[in-house]
Amino acid sequence: MKLQEYTESKHNFEECMKCTVCTAYCPVLQVNPLYPGPKQAGPDGERLRLKDPFFFNKALKYCLNCKRCEVACPSGVNVADLIQSARIKYDHTPPKLRDQLLASTDFMGKLARPFAPIVNGVTGLGVTKTALDWTLAIDHRRSFPKYSGRSFESWLKHRRKEQAAFPEQVAYFHGCYVNYNYPQLGKDLVKVLNALGVGVQLLEKEKCCGIAMITNGMSAQATKHAVHNVEQLRQAVVDKGLKVVTTSSTCTFTLRDEYPHLLGVDNASVRESLLLATRFIYEKLEKGATLRFKPDFHKKVAYHTPCHMEKMGWGIFSEKLLSMIPGVEFTLLDSNCCGIAGTYGFKKENYEVSQAIGEPLFAQIRSVNPDVVACDCETCKWQIEMSTGYTVMNPISILAEAIES
Amino acid sequence: MNANEFDVIIIGGGITGAGTQRDCAMRGLRTLLIERSDIATGATGRNHGLLHSGARYAVNDPESAEECIRENRILRRIAAHCVDETDGLFITLPEDDLAYQQTFVDACRRADINAEIIDPDLARRMEPSVNPELIGAVKVPDGSVDPFRLCAANMLDAKLHGGQVRLHTEVTGFIREGNTIKGVHTHNHQTGEDADYYAPVTVNACGIWGHHMAEMAGVKVGMFPAKGALLIFAHRVNNVVINRCRKPSNADILVPGDTVCIIGTTSTRIPFEECDDVAVTPDEVTLLVTEGAKLAPSLSSTRILRAYAGVRPLVSADDDPSGRNISRGIVCLDHETRDGLKGFITITGGKLMTYRLMAEIATDMVCRKLAVDKACETAVVPLPGSEEGSYEEVAKKIWEAPTMAQKAAASRMGSRARRIRTGNKRDDALICECEEVSVGEINAAIDRMDVSTLTDLRRRTRVGMGTCQGEFCACRAAGLLAKAHGCIERERADLEDFLQERWKGNFPIGWGDTLREAEYTQWVYKHVLGL
Repeated sequence: MKLQEYTESKHNFEECMKCTVCTAYCPVLQVNPLYPGPKQAGPDGERLRLKDPFFFNKALKYCLNCKRCEVACPSGVNVADLIQSARIKYDHTPPKLRDQLLASTDFMGKLARPFAPIVNGVTGLGVTKTALDWTLAIDHRRSFPKYSGRSFESWLKHRRKEQAAFPEQVAYFHGCYVNYNYPQLGKDLVKVLNALGVGVQLLEKEKCCGIAMITNGMSAQATKHAVHNVEQLRQAVVDKGLKVVTTSSTCTFTLRDEYPHLLGVDNASVRESLLLATRFIYEKLEKGATLRFKPDFHKKVAYHTPCHMEKMGWGIFSEKLLSMIPGVEFTLLDSNCCGIAGTYGFKKENYEVSQAIGEPLFAQIRSVNPDVVACDCETCKWQIEMSTGYTVMNPISILAEAIES
Repeated sequence: MNANEFDVIIIGGGITGAGTQRDCAMRGLRTLLIERSDIATGATGRNHGLLHSGARYAVNDPESAEECIRENRILRRIAAHCVDETDGLFITLPEDDLAYQQTFVDACRRADINAEIIDPDLARRMEPSVNPELIGAVKVPDGSVDPFRLCAANMLDAKLHGGQVRLHTEVTGFIREGNTIKGVHTHNHQTGEDADYYAPVTVNACGIWGHHMAEMAGVKVGMFPAKGALLIFAHRVNNVVINRCRKPSNADILVPGDTVCIIGTTSTRIPFEECDDVAVTPDEVTLLVTEGAKLAPSLSSTRILRAYAGVRPLVSADDDPSGRNISRGIVCLDHETRDGLKGFITITGGKLMTYRLMAEIATDMVCRKLAVDKACETAVVPLPGSEEGSYEEVAKKIWEAPTMAQKAAASRMGSRARRIRTGNKRDDALICECEEVSVGEINAAIDRMDVSTLTDLRRRTRVGMGTCQGEFCACRAAGLLAKAHGCIERERADLEDFLQERWKGNFPIGWGDTLREAEYTQWVYKHVLGL
């Protein structure tokens, strides 16, 4: 008999060798002494919580869920998953109205879109920011993403026939940001994919990936979204045989990894077909597809790797794609968290921590002084634009700008 | 009155000795406890830590069963901070005889143990780790009890009642006048000093070592060392004690204790020479894992932290020197009536969780000899730390918003956690990260709980008991000890001993993550710290 052929534990917490590398890499711990750090909050705390939920520590809410601890861990412990799972399991504090509003990106988008010019005007006002700070504790120093008057979905639906004519097809999980705030990124993707002979379809009906719900104590709603989305993805991947591309690193990561790890929603049938657009495009170019670039294009681009890109290990695809554009002067920024972590940085209590975490990144951007910062994450974009004044573009948009139309 | 004269000398710093000292001290006697090593180093600290409901003994040993359930109820009251009220299950697996369940439940009822047959489905919900194949389940009021904490709390209370304690002090001989024991010669292993202590009564509470102690006093107690091996898993798999509903056998109890769970045990007769250094064999490990997985299948893939073994002090019924008629009940011998040796009592047998009753029986005998007429109060007066209810209440009472380390401290020390210095960076720094032990808690133990080595410290604070097994905490704690004792050289040697002792427990189960971790520990201490 083979005794204990292998050992296993939830999120591998027993694999922890206590080496403390995760703690050294945690961006929160450097600036917020209230946070116990990934090792204590994760594998160490888990043993105590298994003894008695009384040992759950509310300070776990300071975790950014950036997953840098997991990237650093040499033993394969899913440290951040342990922390977020513990929050889901033990923290039954009902989410504040503010957190519910911040987390409901889908709902807020639907609400705001028809009144976009008014909403954008109002949220930009100092008086509104002060009011939001006082009433909801959304920090007054934050800038809000603008809403678009027309949704991406409606734009693409009008082009359904035209897109269907392309010989190759992909489905696009655009996410809330593209749909309600910045349809231009979706349009840029369509332009690039069309140039490669690929037509773009929508999923039958996508919902917000739910990451903001997960981190704001609304896991039940997030699970509903996850079940819905996995079914939608299954129809595209299994029934229609399509790959699904995305332009947001966090949505991608959530659909691929947070669903099974944190929400227990099985996505095995679709996970491998779910790709970030830069990876999809890079792999196509590797296999011989070509793009016609503008001869006179020139841009100094500094690429910031979002935390969830680090976790997926996919930053390399965006980097390579950008550096192969003729006329791009490419700088890879040091791997640092920008500090916003989705809705985290919007909260009044986190503002200082958020900015302190991002400061090394901001300083480097200022010293590189690029024409544009490239990044695959929309919340990093808001944070960097607000904190440095530099424009941030998704690599797909830079690519779209660089190719002949 | 001389400083080395007492009313009663108790030999043995296990739970029986500590409990007896407390009882004697509470009845107003001047007490001295002598222990050659540290508290709870013998069978006290080397068992399951099961707070028996008595159900295990109900069918075959109703007397023990009744003792257990009575003491079970008492300990929940007087030792709240040492007890975890988990409840227990007796499960019937397909290969077991389901008819035994009724015999078992009837026997429990006769012993006044609340045993309730429950639906297997309910059992699976109550304890999700239980073998899902179970065909029957009985719920009983089992629990778990922390032996180190219990022992330390008894000793502390004895001291609060004026008792004196000499640890690391060995009894080297008896002071005898005619057929009366008048006192003991002792040797302190740490200071090297010899001292004599006098008392009209001496209690032999040395567990299995009581055999030799009795011989030294010139009387014979027929003891039979029975080794029991156990395994500690690195985290709690179960939150409810799981037993097999059949005749007691090997490896059929899985007890959740603090942050770990423990499977055991085996029972093997061993020679007396092995009692000081019992090792767990590969066969025992295989048996424990294989049988354990029948209680909770996930044990076959759960990291094991340590293996250890204890020696039960089994005593042959008094007139049966052959040992055929071995009892697991309490044995209290008055050597005056039995052997004509005055001033000497042996208290042995019994179980961890019947220690209080053993102490009461022994103390009653001591009081009779000293003509002291005072009733036993140990069943009603809570131990220090247990006066203010559960650790949840205690932690919230002391600190408005307790941190994890403060919560953990409250769970270990009960209301005495109030005495820990906290609230500043230095005292709140963690020494042990696995078990959340702060500098303040370590210093409180060093100051008040007779700590001279890292191993002593471990028994009082859980330092080094977590998954890292001393990797990070041992050197930090050694620093505090060196400072307290003002000697770096001594502490360095102590640190080496401590790590060696940790490795001893890792060795029999040295594979997988535990081996990786042990190797990492070796890098840290050998290559980084140059030990």
